[in-house]
Amino acid sequence: MTELTVGTKKGLFLLEGDHSPGGDGFEIRARAFPGEPVDYALREPRSGRLFVATTSPFYGPKLFYTDSDPTSEWQQAAGVELPAGGEQALARIWVIAPGEAPGTLYMGADPGVLFESRDNGSSWQINAGLWNEPSRQEWQPGGGGLCLHSICTWPGDPQRLAVAISAAGIWLSDDGGASWRRGNRGLNPRYLPEADIDPETSALCVHHVERSHARPERMFMQFHGGVYRSDDAGESWQAIGAGLPSDFGFPLKLDPADPDSAYVIPLVADMDRVMPEGRVRVYETRDGGASWTPRGEGLPAHHAYLTVLRQAFTSRHSGAGLELYFGATSGELFGSPDAGASWQTITHRLPPVFSVAAS
Amino acid sequence: MAVVRVRGPLRALCGGRGEHELEGQTVLELLRGFESRNPDARGWILDERGHIRPHINVFVDAERGAELTPVPAGARVEVIPAITGG
Repeated sequence: MTELTVGTKKGLFLLEGDHSPGGDGFEIRARAFPGEPVDYALREPRSGRLFVATTSPFYGPKLFYTDSDPTSEWQQAAGVELPAGGEQALARIWVIAPGEAPGTLYMGADPGVLFESRDNGSSWQINAGLWNEPSRQEWQPGGGGLCLHSICTWPGDPQRLAVAISAAGIWLSDDGGASWRRGNRGLNPRYLPEADIDPETSALCVHHVERSHARPERMFMQFHGGVYRSDDAGESWQAIGAGLPSDFGFPLKLDPADPDSAYVIPLVADMDRVMPEGRVRVYETRDGGASWTPRGEGLPAHHAYLTVLRQAFTSRHSGAGLELYFGATSGELFGSPDAGASWQTITHRLPPVFSVAAS
Repeated sequence: MAVVRVRGPLRALCGGRGEHELEGQTVLELLRGFESRNPDARGWILDERGHIRPHINVFVDAERGAELTPVPAGARVEVIPAITGG
């Protein structure tokens, strides 16, 4: 049985189902935070705690959690705020990621801020190293704000972290987040004049980053125009987007069992953020990006101009049993039980989908 | 002393209490006092900078107020989320 936690423009939806051949499909089991924009939602795998990040247009961004019935009481997490009396306010929560140490969680937010919790997400502290990074004053936001949207832990080593910020690029830490350095060598921001590109100071609009579980020094990146791979833990990057119908897009997933695997969902371009040719297709590589194969069996293939946001693509399990799920801003939710070989429509009348997570 | 009236989720965060008698010379002082006395509501009206969130409206005796609007003794201060839509 798989549970999907789906954050939408109008609340949280919890779906449950069996996607295997002969399974009964998915049912919507619960809805919570009706009418509220749920930017991100996650069932934390170790504690079973359910998290919801909302950004009320009136009351600002908040993080809530529950250990019981999601249609009942929720607790507001403590410490999800910037230092009082400063010049900035927290704008939005983008992602929550389990850490490697027991009880540890990380959370990324706008403006380019990383939070850490050591009590399973009940309370949070701002990561001072990144908050006080001397270059912060020069960081520029992307179209979605100065969002810290990707957090890559290192399997078995809580000291090694990588985070990505749009448009402040990749940041790496080897000391548990006490200090950070850039990891942007090789990235080519085609939206800037070539003569003005400086990997240390240019605005680098990273859209999504994932680390291979099987080979942690290998990482994949969806950039604002470009798909990249790193084989040195994010220090440098090489373009691997040749063979895709477009190398613009947002989400990206990996097969945890295969370090040569990656899945992307291309959009036409930054000025036309819909599926190329009006066909819904996920593209898969199994050779580290040397080649890409469209995976669209069962997906809409005619006049389907969908958009999938960066947190709206998720996976569960690995290898031949890899399950993939993604949601569109037009309210459809799709799933594959067989690593992308075939797809089914799970539901198609949700509010615009902001995030999808599976457990 | 003025009466601050809250509704909806703000009222729920105050244990269901919608009216709060508070001291303050200005709207901002009054709202700081409100969040200080109701810690569960801290950060809901005022952001980390100490400013009223952009889509929260405050009315002092039925007149639209701002952070530095004076609050006379006995005033009725309504905290109302902005109306959205078209």
